[in-house]
Amino acid sequence: MRHYEKTGILSIKDFQVPSKKQLEKGVAILECVQEIPCNPCVDACPVHAISMKDINAPPVNDFEQCIGCSKCVGICPGLAIFVVKVKEQTAWVTLPYEFLPAPQVGAFVKALDRTGAIRGNALVKKVVKQGKTMVITIEIPSDLAMDVRNIRV
Amino acid sequence: MRVNGVPNVRTCIAPLTEGVIVEMQDKLATLPDAEFKGVPKKTLTVDVLVVGAGPAGLCAALESASQGASVLLVDENQCVGGQLIKQTHKFFGSKQERAGTRGIDIAKELEKDVRSLQREGNIMVMTESTVIGYYESENKHRFGVVERYEYQSTLYDVQCDAVILSCGAMENMLLFPGNDLPGVYGAGAVQTLMNVYGVKPGKRVLMVGAGNVGLIVSYQLLQAGIAVDRVVEAAPVIGGYNVHAAKLRRCGVPIQVSHSIKEVCGKNNVEGAVVVALDHQWKPISGSEEYIKCDTICLAVGLTPSTRLLSQIGVQLEFIPEAGGYVALHDRTMQTSVKGVYVAGDASGIEEASTAMIEGKIAGLAAAIQLGRSKNKKLLMQYHKQLTQLRAGPFGEKPRIAKEKIAHEKEKHHASL
Repeated sequence: MRHYEKTGILSIKDFQVPSKKQLEKGVAILECVQEIPCNPCVDACPVHAISMKDINAPPVNDFEQCIGCSKCVGICPGLAIFVVKVKEQTAWVTLPYEFLPAPQVGAFVKALDRTGAIRGNALVKKVVKQGKTMVITIEIPSDLAMDVRNIRV
Repeated sequence: MRVNGVPNVRTCIAPLTEGVIVEMQDKLATLPDAEFKGVPKKTLTVDVLVVGAGPAGLCAALESASQGASVLLVDENQCVGGQLIKQTHKFFGSKQERAGTRGIDIAKELEKDVRSLQREGNIMVMTESTVIGYYESENKHRFGVVERYEYQSTLYDVQCDAVILSCGAMENMLLFPGNDLPGVYGAGAVQTLMNVYGVKPGKRVLMVGAGNVGLIVSYQLLQAGIAVDRVVEAAPVIGGYNVHAAKLRRCGVPIQVSHSIKEVCGKNNVEGAVVVALDHQWKPISGSEEYIKCDTICLAVGLTPSTRLLSQIGVQLEFIPEAGGYVALHDRTMQTSVKGVYVAGDASGIEEASTAMIEGKIAGLAAAIQLGRSKNKKLLMQYHKQLTQLRAGPFGEKPRIAKEKIAHEKEKHHASL
């Protein structure tokens, strides 16, 4: 039995992690590890970087192909895709958000990790509506790039 | 229950009006000969009757009607869509199953398709209508249907060649002291209050059950601005998808596996609850009790297929644990042991809305083929392939086993005849 089956919390050992160089470019991290019948991310990818053996297989992202466009972030029904970009001491995380009030560009919000714990402040850089899911890009210190996955306005 | 003289009404969804008369009912009502509550009885003859306009029923009606069959679609709720209208989350699956679209939007799309076939005269839709029973008839299947329109009820004597029962499921209850206090809800009821009527069920919720329903409803509670104290799950693992659990966890909601509710505290309503840890035999560990303050308990502990009408028709039912209880034995075309009687969706075994829609299409098409309205067996094969794909993963194991057992029992039953 895997730890996340008891807690619901994934660790970076559970999914595909990009290299330092790939992170500099900015790529989509697919935190979708179970075999569930679902494939909209494959159809949404404009460069065909995301693939799946069959509809139940977990998706695989070819980080070399991925352009970090975040189209998959807003379409994923499981809200399980995050685009992460790291440059020196700064990181940008693009995440799905479905709560009101909507965060405002330029405002500071709380940065939360996979357990919901507050890990510091984040600056809201971009807010895009994709259907009723908001796709938010935040700026955080680079050491939190692989931890912060939610915000609180 | 009888409401204003109409038998077999589910009181929990009947609108409350001044002077409403609610009575206990202990046997099946007889079908009146001439008039019902002072209104003359009407007679309707259709090719296919579809009972329940949820995902399975809507797809069944659409499929039968688009093959040229005349269809009557009946639902007891005020609008069509069944559980879809409460599903504010995006659906899984592939493009074919409208993946990435929210359930509520799928309901709108299906309703639009139904309305356009209705304009062409192929489908007749009756909402706020209850199928009150199955009655004797020589060649056709015969049902009593009561349509409640404002203050007037009209009884229809419906005769059809085929019937598709897509009447869904009922929520399971859990036994614990205080489970009858106001504030103890089923997850479906909480969803109806929040997402259909816009009413907050409470301020702080304890969710019981970490299957997909428990996880999704917890997330929707947070979206409505209601606190979720935690999710307790009696099993040692989270039953729902990890992506749903992860969504909740990163909002700060704890999920405790091998934990359950012991009792509810409160005098006139829920004021708190005691949760307890369970050992590997699912027995409460004494001394592990913890009191939590909350005003709402939400039970998401599974569903049981609605089979009362099927049982009254006399189709062969069998207890299949993986299907959620008693289900009608059916073949690959969703036909039960009685010719012309089909099942689809949760009523044929608890599963997802995506598979319910495909089962609906199969039943609708198979009924049309049986009545000579269609010959499209190729399309039927295509739907079967789609179903097999959706059930191929580990989360499809339970329904897969359920359907295998149903097929096996059906063959056994057939051989014994």
